[in-house]
Amino acid sequence: MTNAEYSRQSFWRQYIFSVDHKVIGLQYGLTALSFLLLGFMLMVLMRWQLAFPGEVIPWLTFVVIFILLGLAIVFLAGKKRPYLALNSLIFFGIAALIWYFTTGEERLPGGIMLPEFYNQLGTMHGTIMVFLGVVPLAVGAFGNYILPLQIGAPDMAFPRMNMVSYWVYFIGGVLMIISFFLPGGAAQSGWTSYSPLADINTGQTMWLVAMLFVIISSLLGAINFIVTTVQLRVEGMTWFRLPFFVWTQLITAFLLLLAFPSLQIGAIMQLLDRVAGSSFFIPAGIIQGGKVLEYSGGGNPLLWQHLFWFLAHPEVYVLILPAIGIITEVVTNNTRKPLWGYPAMVYSLFFIGFMSFLVYAHHMFITGMGTAVTTWFQTTTLIISIPSIIFLAVIVFTLWGGSIRFTTPMLFALAWVPMFGIGGLTGLPLGLAPPDIHLHDTYYVIGHFHYIVAPGSIIAFFAGIYYWFPKICGKKLNDNLGKVHFWGTIIGMNLTFAPMLVQGMAGVSRRLYDGGLGYDHAQPVLFLNEWMTWGAWIIGIFQIFFILNIVLTLRKKSRSEENPWDATTLEWATTSPPIAHGNFITEPFVYHGPYEYNVSVNGQNVPYLPQHKKMDIED
Amino acid sequence: MENEYLNGYHRMNTSDYGYWLPKGASTFAPEIDTTLYLVHILMVIMFVVWGIFFIMFLVQFRSGNEKKVVHSGYPKVIVPISMIAFVVIFDMYMLFGHDIPFWNHLKKDFPDAEKSTVVRIVAQQFAWNVHYPGQDGKFGRSRPELVDEKINPIGLDFDDPYAKDDITTVGQLRIPVEKPVIIHLTSKDVIHSFSLPVMRVKQDVIPGMSIPIWFEPTRTGNWQIACAQLCGNSHYNMKGIFKVQNQEDFAAWMAIQEAELPQDDEEVW
Repeated sequence: MTNAEYSRQSFWRQYIFSVDHKVIGLQYGLTALSFLLLGFMLMVLMRWQLAFPGEVIPWLTFVVIFILLGLAIVFLAGKKRPYLALNSLIFFGIAALIWYFTTGEERLPGGIMLPEFYNQLGTMHGTIMVFLGVVPLAVGAFGNYILPLQIGAPDMAFPRMNMVSYWVYFIGGVLMIISFFLPGGAAQSGWTSYSPLADINTGQTMWLVAMLFVIISSLLGAINFIVTTVQLRVEGMTWFRLPFFVWTQLITAFLLLLAFPSLQIGAIMQLLDRVAGSSFFIPAGIIQGGKVLEYSGGGNPLLWQHLFWFLAHPEVYVLILPAIGIITEVVTNNTRKPLWGYPAMVYSLFFIGFMSFLVYAHHMFITGMGTAVTTWFQTTTLIISIPSIIFLAVIVFTLWGGSIRFTTPMLFALAWVPMFGIGGLTGLPLGLAPPDIHLHDTYYVIGHFHYIVAPGSIIAFFAGIYYWFPKICGKKLNDNLGKVHFWGTIIGMNLTFAPMLVQGMAGVSRRLYDGGLGYDHAQPVLFLNEWMTWGAWIIGIFQIFFILNIVLTLRKKSRSEENPWDATTLEWATTSPPIAHGNFITEPFVYHGPYEYNVSVNGQNVPYLPQHKKMDIED
Repeated sequence: MENEYLNGYHRMNTSDYGYWLPKGASTFAPEIDTTLYLVHILMVIMFVVWGIFFIMFLVQFRSGNEKKVVHSGYPKVIVPISMIAFVVIFDMYMLFGHDIPFWNHLKKDFPDAEKSTVVRIVAQQFAWNVHYPGQDGKFGRSRPELVDEKINPIGLDFDDPYAKDDITTVGQLRIPVEKPVIIHLTSKDVIHSFSLPVMRVKQDVIPGMSIPIWFEPTRTGNWQIACAQLCGNSHYNMKGIFKVQNQEDFAAWMAIQEAELPQDDEEVW
């Protein structure tokens, strides 16, 4: 099929059930960003309750803000850009959902939150952010769009499977949202869904069904990524000429493929416990409502935790490795020099991928683990911190000797270094068993993993969006709006997450509906709940600049250059945006490593040497 | 009084709490605090040293400073390598010097039950049932079928002779000071987590399992039992009273409890 034939396909084949990796990548990206916004909104509702327990939530303000945002997009998109105006539906949808929340007696009667609804929000915030937001954005969106371009492939290895992967994920996401409308509401046992609580709580069945869809989607995607990277690299693209981003996606795909089946099994077993009267996770003599539970006995609640964390720890690396990949691309491009210690990075990546399966039980130190198992898991946990330090060392020391351009994507990438540093360092006391006794299940844990995932992963995704936007849309995002967005986001995130570490040191438990109001030890640090709530508002308000930036940029008529960042990797060897079918007009051939900036050719300094340009580099 | 305390926000002790760790009150609290402090000192050192390099590089190598781009890496490779080596050595010191020996101490050096206060705690949604063995020092048998939430929350079997002198309280753990305590933790329904921040004690309470823990309080005081694991709607309110008392005060309280026990000829339900 030629490109012209491809473009003559029906609207549905081209934009909805497309098999083109670029369209699927955009579908993934838009869906995942919408889920991030939804997950953020759930969190803002929770944070209001934590800062002002038992007070009326200003839900009408939220509804009005979202309706105004939706109207602004419709207005700015104008009649000529119906595809852009369509995105306002996301904002109207979230407004409608918040409105719906206030209608039920079991959720927000009179605008005051009930504990069961708080637990639903907490569970769904975690689930949506991790499984429907960050992973699909990291792998589904960035991986799908960028990886085939960077290896010079015409598409993914299995385009139809790619399409199925997206739609299965989409169904999973829709089921997750539908669960809010079911009697009893959404799941409320935490995103970790510990049995037996999850076996007896309402809402969990739909959560499990939705998770099964999400898991299948991830497995299909993972196989596709591995085969594509192994089979579809263009000629000359040897393993050590791969951009580092491709390496991170490859290892991530292996993690998904090997870790997710464990949760798949766990979810099926928990589902059977709930609907088929089995008791995989229910021990004998459980008392429910004053009576011994009819179906119980023989099960072990800790089995669920092993199955869950065997997935969920590698999952953390699924969240962070693609982010590291994006950061290396942006940092090398903006320091104008090759990545220092590229082989060390690749070997560290292999090592971290392998080790991530051997550390999972450090989430379970206080379940009553004995000495041998604890010794093993805290030792492996400390070992896995070494490759993470190598990543940071390589990125920091790559800056040395460069010529650093402070572009918007570079600002995000640079801010990522200390933020991810805080996230990684705060993992140390949690990975050692004795300090973990005090810190386990406190806000310290929340602060730690939010520093990893929010300023860690999401900041890297912002860097990636600003960096690859000219590739995807042919237009560069506005720098000034980008910088406002950057500073607001960084300040807001630190204001939100740093106080969590303080509260955790004081011993405040996580998942408390009143934010610790009832506990003596929480009293001195209670005022921080208000700070965190305002921090969350700052993050939210500054995302408006990001949304407006995208809409205003898409309105612009002028296109940016084909390669505005003077980058070397293969995705810039084609047009921006790339042609619909086959990506490249002529298949490129690769002659160089991925980051040949400021090399000398024939005694002259070449500012950047694309991978597909044949030139002899002198040492 | 008890209910008022559990449901209302009645403060008992605030002098032990601040912006940082609560003041420890058990024999092993200083050891846990030492590991916490050491790790945090390492974290601050790492963050500051790396931060200095980071900012130095950003200023020194910003574009437009007319410096030629240097292709090779940082000339003194020893700097990043020694930074990594420092972490490795520190990690090993923490592991072999503190964490592994301490965990052994915690899990293997259980105090002699004869010389300790032995208690059983049965957690449920959303209360801590405390079970003292009474005069005979032996816990009576309990069976889930006998559970009655109003009069017999832990399902104590009064046919068992050991059960006759057993004392149970709801959400009230009192122990004498400077004497080791052994607590056997179990749950009636879902997973809870038994947390005493001042004692540096936290242990998941898992249904179907009985998990022993021990600690030794070093000073008297009034604190709270907290639940650290999400256990349902009222997880936030799953508090208990935790009092460490003098030997005499504890004995006096115990005597009152024993006096209130039903006599043999009385019908208990």
